[in-house]
Amino acid sequence: MATEKFETSLKKLEEIVRRLEGGSLSLEEALKAFEEGVKHSSFCAKKLDEAERRVEVLLKRKDGTFAREPFEAEDA
Amino acid sequence: MDIFAEKTILTVSRLTALLRGVLEENFEQVWVQGEVSNLSFPSSGHLYFTLKDTAAQLRCVMFKGAAKNLKFRPDDGIALIARGRISVYDQRGEYQLICEYLEPAGVGALQLAFMQLKERLAQEGLFDEGHKRPLPTFPRRVGVITSPTGAAIHDILNVLRRRFASVEILLYPVRVQGDGSAVEIARAIDDMNRLGLADVLIVGRGGGSLEDLWAFNEEVVARAVHRSKLPVISAVGHETDWTICDFAADLRAPTPSAAAELVIASSVELRGRMEALDHRLRLAIETRLAGMEARIDALRRSLHDPGTMLGHLAQRVDDLGGRLELALLNRAARSRGEFGNLYAGLMHNDPVRAIEGLRQRLTLLSLQGERLMTGKLEGMKHLFSSATARLEVLSPLQTLSRGYAIAATVDGSVLTDTCQLAVGDRIRLQLHHGRALCRVEELENPPDCIT
Repeated sequence: MATEKFETSLKKLEEIVRRLEGGSLSLEEALKAFEEGVKHSSFCAKKLDEAERRVEVLLKRKDGTFAREPFEAEDA
Repeated sequence: MDIFAEKTILTVSRLTALLRGVLEENFEQVWVQGEVSNLSFPSSGHLYFTLKDTAAQLRCVMFKGAAKNLKFRPDDGIALIARGRISVYDQRGEYQLICEYLEPAGVGALQLAFMQLKERLAQEGLFDEGHKRPLPTFPRRVGVITSPTGAAIHDILNVLRRRFASVEILLYPVRVQGDGSAVEIARAIDDMNRLGLADVLIVGRGGGSLEDLWAFNEEVVARAVHRSKLPVISAVGHETDWTICDFAADLRAPTPSAAAELVIASSVELRGRMEALDHRLRLAIETRLAGMEARIDALRRSLHDPGTMLGHLAQRVDDLGGRLELALLNRAARSRGEFGNLYAGLMHNDPVRAIEGLRQRLTLLSLQGERLMTGKLEGMKHLFSSATARLEVLSPLQTLSRGYAIAATVDGSVLTDTCQLAVGDRIRLQLHHGRALCRVEELENPPDCIT
């Protein structure tokens, strides 16, 4: 996963929020910054949601190779 | 044979054998405690040492079969409790304790073993902080090396479910206690590294006695953890249980549940950070817009009442309107005078008027023309009637009234000569009133008649 891109995006979001909170931007600049901030925010959310929850068990075959199968915990 | 009878001479071997019999029979199982000295561990696998206290010493041996079950390594100077039987080493003429079981005095054998291994591996650098790798920020797949039926996997899955963590779990099932379990665990760590199917490993099991957890104190596990390229989280037993595996791992989790929390901690933390930023972002723009709105409101309020303003304006408009009207009236009056003059001048030369005059003249002329024409017609009519009257005087028809008749052929030619006729011809007679068709009966032709 593009962890680096995520970090960059999060840093940018941080910077935008700081600038926006600083209040020195013109209204037009502020709206532009806001729009960009929303983009970064949704990118980060997407990255975080990318993996899906799945549980598998690794089974060793007789020939030494491995197979993955869904794992059902007996009591979970 | 009475060996105590006078002058019964025994061989050394015989006596030694007798002594061994006595000792072995009476000291079949003894427990003895002392300090270890002269420890030797030759390649045969047997273990030789001396147990001593301030006043005595005892030769001890532990044969290979028993020695290999030792969890700890006896060391000179430590206090040991040994269990065994007394026997005699014939060749040397020494009695000795044949040990079946050893444990450190004061601490348990396992504890000692743990401490010793820990110290050794620490010296070797297996626990160095510099060797520890950080956990991935977003682990996509977490390899879990534990028992498929144990508490650990159950707890880990519970945590991930509770935290709604989006992460894949790949379980590598192993035995976590009993003979061979340590080797299985070590192999699992190696396999996971070789297969590259996970980006972080959790190695562990649920709580148990020190013996139950022992596999995680084995050197083979510690070494596998140390050579793992994937970051390893060790999660063995409860919070108070520390294992060698814990020290060798990149991160020690107090419990398997805690390990699951640690694995997703960074993504949970980042999600929290991101959500906080998102909130601040929206708040900032809203605050900004609300501020703007308030400013506009304030400005609007600071304006004079628009009604009054309009009143003033209306008054001003009225005033200006009045002045404008007056000015216009003056101007109009002046203009009207000028216009009158111009109009009169214009009227004088009005083409409409000129046309009207021409039209009247035209009418007059037409009338005159008509009159002239009529007069002329009258004259001509008069002339015509007098001519007609005169014409009537000259007309043969007028003569007929005096008794004359006009003879003509049937086809209308007037007859003036009888030579034109034959007896039996029919002729027409035109009288004054009416006509008659007649037949010639007789002719009295003139003499010069040519027929």
